[in-house]
Amino acid sequence: MSPFPGIVRATLAKDLRLEWRSRDAINSMLFFALLVVVIFSFSFDPLAEQSRRIAGGLIWVAFLFAAVTALNQTWARELRNQVLDAYRISPAPANSLFLAKALGNFVFVGVLEALMTPLFILFYNLRAIGPGWQLLPVAVLGTWALVVNGTFFAAMSLRTRSREIMLPLLLFPISIPALIAMVSATTNILTGEDSARFWIVFLATYDVVFTCIGLLLFELVLAAE
Amino acid sequence: MKIGPNGSTGMHRSLTSGKLRPENRNREPSLTFSLPLTDTNAAAVVSPIVSLTNLVKQFGRFAALRGVTAEFAARKLYAIVGDNGAGKTTLLRALAGLTQPTRGQLSILGSPDIRSVCRHIGYMAHPSLLYDEMSGMENLRYFARLYEIDDDRCCASAIAAVKLDPALERPVGQYSQGMRQRMSLARALLNDPKILLLDEPFSNVDVPSAREMVSLLAAMRDAGKTIFVVTHQADLLLGSADEIVKMEAGKIVSRASGAPRAEPQ
Repeated sequence: MSPFPGIVRATLAKDLRLEWRSRDAINSMLFFALLVVVIFSFSFDPLAEQSRRIAGGLIWVAFLFAAVTALNQTWARELRNQVLDAYRISPAPANSLFLAKALGNFVFVGVLEALMTPLFILFYNLRAIGPGWQLLPVAVLGTWALVVNGTFFAAMSLRTRSREIMLPLLLFPISIPALIAMVSATTNILTGEDSARFWIVFLATYDVVFTCIGLLLFELVLAAE
Repeated sequence: MKIGPNGSTGMHRSLTSGKLRPENRNREPSLTFSLPLTDTNAAAVVSPIVSLTNLVKQFGRFAALRGVTAEFAARKLYAIVGDNGAGKTTLLRALAGLTQPTRGQLSILGSPDIRSVCRHIGYMAHPSLLYDEMSGMENLRYFARLYEIDDDRCCASAIAAVKLDPALERPVGQYSQGMRQRMSLARALLNDPKILLLDEPFSNVDVPSAREMVSLLAAMRDAGKTIFVVTHQADLLLGSADEIVKMEAGKIVSRASGAPRAEPQ
């Protein structure tokens, strides 16, 4: 039997345990997202109809920037005491580490979204005019799009001297198509002006492609000195 | 009680009892036991467990290893000594598969592909390679899964072998340096490796604890493991090491037998 699922499970459980004890990633993400919500709520009239049009962009940009702090944190703890070397010398497949890290980051960003969404609704007086249930697949697929690329590029920038700067430089350009899809789908659902179906399919395709690329190439990233 | 995934019981017995296993190693208990590199080890030299041919490792323009050629027989304890920058750690990392040689060949257990034999290699680095936020047992339980070891008793045995308490719930970050070194050694022993690579295992460890670790290493060597110890404290290994390998400027410049330790009166 392949050791892949067992190692993914063990690594994911380890990451969740470490985050539960340190709360490094969640705290920094929450702080950042909260700042965005509060500052932007002062910048324009949140009760205006216009806020429904810009809320999609606002929400996803806040989650994207907040996720970057989590992505850096989850790999940084692998560098402390050079624990990553212990993984590298083991027979465990590299892509199981990648998948477990991506799933862990998905959970962290998912928790952030679950906590911040009520605040966004409250501060910006949001309600969906289109089919509101479609926000769920958009949130799931959009979050996965952010974390799957983020996990990959955070690992790539791990050994660079200024990895906090390098990660956004690598991640943001490649995330633009996914970000456009997330924002368009969310805006369409909130305003009810157009169908979000195309963007949901687009996001699903994007996720499949980049998950496969990450799984295939991660061994090279991990082996790099 | 088994310690390894292959069901071998030798290490656990020999480590916990502290007794040597005469069937594995037939040494004379005299002061002059060490090192006939010619006759008694002839069979081992014919098929060395580690073989290096003109190994070169460059970091940019700096050559950390400059054409290292050597063969190492199995079931021996090698102390690798040398000044800072001599290439000791780079050599150990190359043996562990953590660094790719720029040129030259490296063969471990008869295979040039270290990945294929990594199950048989244990590596203890200068940093602990442990998560500070987790207890020793939690750390080892995670690393055991990477080697497909599901039995918690293996983790407990490895911890007990280095004379720590498996039930200790304190996170590793709160351990003393000596305890951390021991736990790091336990992690390296977890997969019951045939080859053990230890980088500065005695640094920041008090002398009695270091001597205990040396006895442990000698017992493991007697149980059949091949051990490479990079150290600046070669005197601790005198009498226990089979060979002192001296490195200088990225090359092995001498290989001498470990001097005998005086018998207590």
